[in-house]
Amino acid sequence: MKVAVITFPGSNCDSDAISVMRVMLGLDTKAVWHKEARLPDQVRLVIIPGGFSYGDALRSGAIARFSPIMADIKRFADAGGLVIGICNGFQILLESGLLPGAMLQNASQKFVCRMVQVEAVSNTTPFTSDYQRHEWLRIPVAHHEGRYHADEETYRQLQRDDRIAFRYGCRDNPNGSLGDVAGIVNAQRNVLGMMPHPERAVESLLGSDDGLRLFRSAVRFAKSREG
Amino acid sequence: MQAKVLVTLRAGVLDPAGEAVADGLRQLGFDEVRSVRVGKVIEVELDDEIDASLAKERLGQMAGQLLANLVIEDYDIEFVESPPDKDAGPSGCA
Repeated sequence: MKVAVITFPGSNCDSDAISVMRVMLGLDTKAVWHKEARLPDQVRLVIIPGGFSYGDALRSGAIARFSPIMADIKRFADAGGLVIGICNGFQILLESGLLPGAMLQNASQKFVCRMVQVEAVSNTTPFTSDYQRHEWLRIPVAHHEGRYHADEETYRQLQRDDRIAFRYGCRDNPNGSLGDVAGIVNAQRNVLGMMPHPERAVESLLGSDDGLRLFRSAVRFAKSREG
Repeated sequence: MQAKVLVTLRAGVLDPAGEAVADGLRQLGFDEVRSVRVGKVIEVELDDEIDASLAKERLGQMAGQLLANLVIEDYDIEFVESPPDKDAGPSGCA
């Protein structure tokens, strides 16, 4: 199966994501520039990596939605394709309307870069099936605009439909996000956005390998659908 | 035609930058400051031919679709008085 990692001007976690998919999981992984109009054929998983697309102009992720590749990613997602947005990738998915809610500046006003405790809240998504429900993971964050916000009705819906994939520990919330939300999926459960960086937690040498199972879950799910 | 779109965080959304600015003002002795909200101003220049009511409608669409994120922000539109016609300069000028 084939994986696509998208690079926008200002993306800076694309190489890490490519390295995980290509080197650690041995998958055919394509680096795709945002000006491309179409994803490569046979792609089964799209990763929108972290960084500062367009220098965070206007709002983080607000301009990337106009990149040509985004129309094809939307088509891919609407057809059930798996999409993971990490950090700035999550912000892009929110600004593109592929996920509900918005991001605000961290309550602390500080850029936070550290390991955090993350709870795998839902394991009924293609991305989290390798985790135990309520398992605690160690995955680092690195962001300045990570305070997830949604209106009350949207938040209730996320809870009711078990769409909160990850939460921070309530005493370890690095940004003040609503309900300690760290990651959510869309209603169809094929699009995941998360602020923590699982691609930075793939080897115990890095302090944690808890992120690797996320990619393994997604790959297994995508392969099972290929038959 | 010049317009300003003022984008502010919605009431009830915590504004840590505003709180920091308020603290700074109080440290400077402005004890009367009760709160500060920080927003942004986006200046938009439109075609001169555009009719004012249409301009307002179009700017509202711009705000809703891009300039503001309505999940967290509100917006307001202001028109800027046009500067005096530069062709009507003091007589004798080239």
